[in-house]
Amino acid sequence: MIAFILRRVGMIIPTFIGITLLTFSLIHMIPGDPITVMAGERGVSDVRRAELEAQFGLDKPLYQQYLTYIGNIAQGDFGKSLITKEPVLDEFITLFPATMELSLFAAIFAIAIGLPLGIIAAVRRGSVFDHSVMTISLTGYSMPIFWWGLLLIILFSVILGWTPVSGRISALYWVDTVTGFMLIDAWISDEEGAFTSAVQHLILPSIVLGTIPLAVIARMTRSSMLEVLGEDFIRTARAKGLSPIKVIMKHALRNALIPVVTVIGLQIGILLSGAILTETIFAWPGIGRWLLESIHRRDYQVVQGGILIIATMIILINLLVDVLYGVINPRIRHAS
Amino acid sequence: MTTATMQPPTPFREFWGYFSQNKGALIGFFYILFIMFVVVFADLIAPHHPYEQFRQSLLLPPIWLEGGSWSHILGTDDIGRDILSRLIHGSRYSMLAGAMVVTISLFIGITLGVLAGYLRGAFETLIMRIADVMLAVPSLLLAIAVVAVLGPSLLNATLAIVVVSMPHYIRLARASTIAEMSKDYVISSRVSGASAFRIMFITVLPNCLAPLIVQATLGFSNAILDMAALGFVGLGAQAPIPEWGSMLADARQFVQSAWWVVTFPGVAILTTVLAFNLMGDGLRDALDPKLKQ
Repeated sequence: MIAFILRRVGMIIPTFIGITLLTFSLIHMIPGDPITVMAGERGVSDVRRAELEAQFGLDKPLYQQYLTYIGNIAQGDFGKSLITKEPVLDEFITLFPATMELSLFAAIFAIAIGLPLGIIAAVRRGSVFDHSVMTISLTGYSMPIFWWGLLLIILFSVILGWTPVSGRISALYWVDTVTGFMLIDAWISDEEGAFTSAVQHLILPSIVLGTIPLAVIARMTRSSMLEVLGEDFIRTARAKGLSPIKVIMKHALRNALIPVVTVIGLQIGILLSGAILTETIFAWPGIGRWLLESIHRRDYQVVQGGILIIATMIILINLLVDVLYGVINPRIRHAS
Repeated sequence: MTTATMQPPTPFREFWGYFSQNKGALIGFFYILFIMFVVVFADLIAPHHPYEQFRQSLLLPPIWLEGGSWSHILGTDDIGRDILSRLIHGSRYSMLAGAMVVTISLFIGITLGVLAGYLRGAFETLIMRIADVMLAVPSLLLAIAVVAVLGPSLLNATLAIVVVSMPHYIRLARASTIAEMSKDYVISSRVSGASAFRIMFITVLPNCLAPLIVQATLGFSNAILDMAALGFVGLGAQAPIPEWGSMLADARQFVQSAWWVVTFPGVAILTTVLAFNLMGDGLRDALDPKLKQ
């Protein structure tokens, strides 16, 4: 078991080094040198330029700059924002709970709806319900979610007036940041109605972000269930006279869920890509919007650091999923 | 005396037989043909020039609403441009981006993937590590980073999407090549003295094409979606180009007042992407029953 974990951890090291090379070269591939980019339109004198180059170590050879970069990262220093002068990691930590809250609810929405839809579609294979689920799922999978978000805003916010258009909570409330999760912070604050407001703000963005994962999960659950339902042990269970519900929920579902869980793990990247768009539409103050704004403001330090942090996080999550998978399934653990 | 000839169906016939059974795939296929027609004849079909501004009719609603006019069937946008004409011309950018992305990433991806699968060793490790790194960053984020470096434009956005879609082709081509390399026909070809190039691209590659064609179709739809997403966040096509995603970005401010400006570009994106996905599913079932989900 330990050998398996060590082997998996060893495999991510080259990937991690690759990511740092990617983010390191990002800054160097920008047309014009970093000092010109930092100085912006104001320009910079030759003396000041030399000072700045020395300060940022840009006068050293590239490999030395890279080693310094890696050394800084190892100490948790991902650079400072060129605009706010705040450390990139601090900004990330402040904004990340908002994205996590949104992604979490999107995932809950996708699983809570996608899983039952897939199961029922598989059980009633060929029925109208099955065809509808497959159609909806393919449509969801093809959905430009930034447009989907705008449509839902038109319907639920503008026409029906049920949900707010943007933000995490109504401007009427002032909620102290304790955990960074608005729902929890609003719950423990004394403000009357703050929690309801936070929930209302969370509904539409979660649906928008959860749409593609929902489609993928429904499809995957259906095909995985269909495969398992054709197995001999299901026929045996049926032949024993077990109730259909018991056969499906207990015997089939448990086996069908293994590939589905893997797929859910793979949705994390999709959720983060989607978060960039969803946060833009709903003015949700998370890391997606932060990165996008940094690009528009040419704050390359934030872009560089942000991408590195997110990629590292995804690698670690994938590692965790792999290890857990090995714990559950000995066949994977022992495969070389 | 007549001999009943029972010829086996040609590969194309066999493929078409499977493909045409799938109603969704056929609908997708014909919709794509329709879009291609629009792309080619956009100048003739479009009722107006996509940049022409009708100053008297700003934010005109579509024909079936009160105040609609036959000269602007889907209405006009905030500076009086005909939405239908812009959508028709916009199809060119989406389809062109899709075609460029698929062609370039397929070409480079196949070359690197087949080489990796054939040569193995250090070259394979290097290529696959690079692909792993690119797959570890969410695709849209990586594309945004590339555009951030190159500067926002239609061409740079296309290049960015090429970069993010390439790893998929590399992995697929490598996996198929490795699977084929151990088969008898490759060994016999090697024994009879075929060159490395011949084995890779003439003997092995045609047998790896089925999954690549399916991936290319689905890659086309992803490219259209990513292009629209980049346009939407202002990093793709720049105004006044009527690319569907950037049309939506301009339309955002009218969510409260003029729903049609927001709705139609999205319908265009969704239906086109859906058509490619439908066709991709049909191709997968027809070309390779093993891949069938």
